[in-house]
Amino acid sequence: MSLKRPAKDQPENFAFNSSSLEEANNIVARYPKGKQQSAVMALLYIAQRQNNNWIPLVAMKYIAKFLDMPYIKVYEVATFYSMYNLSPVGKYFVQVCTTTPCMIRGANKLVEACKEKISKNESELSKDKSCSWIEVECLGACVNAPMMQINEDYYEDLNKEKTLEILDKILKDEKPKPGSFRGRINNEPENNRKTLMDLKNA
Amino acid sequence: MLKDNDRIFQNLYNDLGSDVISSQKRGDWVNTKDLTNKGRDWIINEIKDSQLRGRGGAGFPTGLKWSFAPKEVGSRPHYLVINGDESEPGTCKDRDILRFEPHKLIEGCLIASYAIQAHVCYIYIRGEYFVDGQKLQTAIDEAYEKKLIGKNAAGTGWDLDIYIHYGAGAYICGEETALLESIEGKKGQPRLKPPFPALIGLYGCPTIINNVETIAVVPTILRRGGKWFASLGREKNTGTKIFCISGNVNSPCNVEEEMNIPLKELIEVHAGGVVGGWDNLQAVIPGGSSMPLIPKEKCETLTMDFDSLVAEKSGLGTAGVVVINKDQDIIKCMARIARFYKHESCGQCTPCREGSGWMWRMLERMARGEASKDEVDMLGDVTKQIEGHTICAFGEGSSWPVQGLLRHFGDEIKKRNKFDPIIKESKNIPYLIDQHLLDKNA
Repeated sequence: MSLKRPAKDQPENFAFNSSSLEEANNIVARYPKGKQQSAVMALLYIAQRQNNNWIPLVAMKYIAKFLDMPYIKVYEVATFYSMYNLSPVGKYFVQVCTTTPCMIRGANKLVEACKEKISKNESELSKDKSCSWIEVECLGACVNAPMMQINEDYYEDLNKEKTLEILDKILKDEKPKPGSFRGRINNEPENNRKTLMDLKNA
Repeated sequence: MLKDNDRIFQNLYNDLGSDVISSQKRGDWVNTKDLTNKGRDWIINEIKDSQLRGRGGAGFPTGLKWSFAPKEVGSRPHYLVINGDESEPGTCKDRDILRFEPHKLIEGCLIASYAIQAHVCYIYIRGEYFVDGQKLQTAIDEAYEKKLIGKNAAGTGWDLDIYIHYGAGAYICGEETALLESIEGKKGQPRLKPPFPALIGLYGCPTIINNVETIAVVPTILRRGGKWFASLGREKNTGTKIFCISGNVNSPCNVEEEMNIPLKELIEVHAGGVVGGWDNLQAVIPGGSSMPLIPKEKCETLTMDFDSLVAEKSGLGTAGVVVINKDQDIIKCMARIARFYKHESCGQCTPCREGSGWMWRMLERMARGEASKDEVDMLGDVTKQIEGHTICAFGEGSSWPVQGLLRHFGDEIKKRNKFDPIIKESKNIPYLIDQHLLDKNA
């Protein structure tokens, strides 16, 4: 359970745009009748994507009305799960994994790179307000450690230089290609593959 | 080493493509109808014969779990829920199944749904795997298009709808009842058991919850027979398993291997050896962060399966092997894991909510050498106060790695932390919470 505070400056209005609305209706239809509350997590995520990576309080109220559930229940969910940002994080949200498997392969170098390029402290917007970074718990790409996530994409097998290059790119508003940065294919053992050899390059 | 044709996940490294046509070439969806035509009892018995144990960490026999679902559908529908909330540090196997072998999973969902008589299946994927979830969604769309799922799925006469539900970054939602709460749109806080989900689960209906890997191996087991699966590995620890080898190894990787494979072979052959050579090995976490670590001496002969690791007071868990070499500070490594648990505790039970932070703060001080001598015992006491006193197994998960550290590296902690205790003499003060610690010294 992490400590989260809603932002001080809150917008006054929020409503789904047409594409979000269509997506939201599709999601509500996945659950049995009367159980529309199940869609709250997905709807919060849609709201977050529509609203530049963060969820204002009015969006929670909007979703509560949309799903016919108490506002406090939406607030509970939004504050419980760590992927919902309750204050602005910028267009590019960098999450560096620092849990043990990444830590022992040098995740602190990635943190250093973020401190140099983006901002001194985590959860602090960069000068041009376009991005911020945060240390997170295991992102589930441990054999590709150290790694980080920018918005939805995984950047794997990094070191400090590669991270600086990636951060330079996003600060110029370019999206670097996700995946391994040591040129390996997915999760295969680098230069040491012993299994499924006859399928390789098939 | 396991023969290549005994490997279930042929596309583990995505050499062949994950779309439906290349999956069919690998044998998925070939005779699904023939399998279901043999009946529910045959499917469940075949899975029981294979001695397949759940791949999500607890290792519960899958066939037995399926047989807990009510035989007749009453007024409440049955549900199948797939647990893809893979968040255990050191584990990244389900991600590869979601993105490279999605059709194995979908076909497994169909067979399992048929066996437990569910018409709706929810696949819960952690929110961070959004891109991989999209790949699974593409595969689901393909399957609908080819009429492999939906009405009269794959000609079996069974209707099945599969939906993905994304999590949003909560480790605790990997616990099955917390996962159900999360699908119901609530905070992911575990429920008390009993009632077990097989009778009262999602929306109060009978629900079977299985890990992604468990379900994905089911079609292959049925095609090749439970006997084939049971012939791999050893009694009660059968079949193959995807091992994730991370940490200080030369080529960290995912690899599918036979159960009961020696740990040394896993590290030396598949992962290219420990950085700095085998002698530079310090310890190994054998099954994801919640399993106690194993020191080097025992790694020489250790074999990787459920029962042999339990005998070493550890566990196979999710088979996420984290290798730690002598360049690392072992106390710091464990302090970081304790921080993980402090961050991910859902806050429902007091021992875990307060204890996980307490353990983290103590370990951080111990890593810096600022703790007093008696705190080592106190730390052990805190872990015992958490273990077994929480609703879900998360309490055990947070205290076991610390217990493992104390068991194997207690001397190292004592060497580094030499401050005298603040309370020097033991006094018989009945209201002290750690009274029994003082009694021991008296």
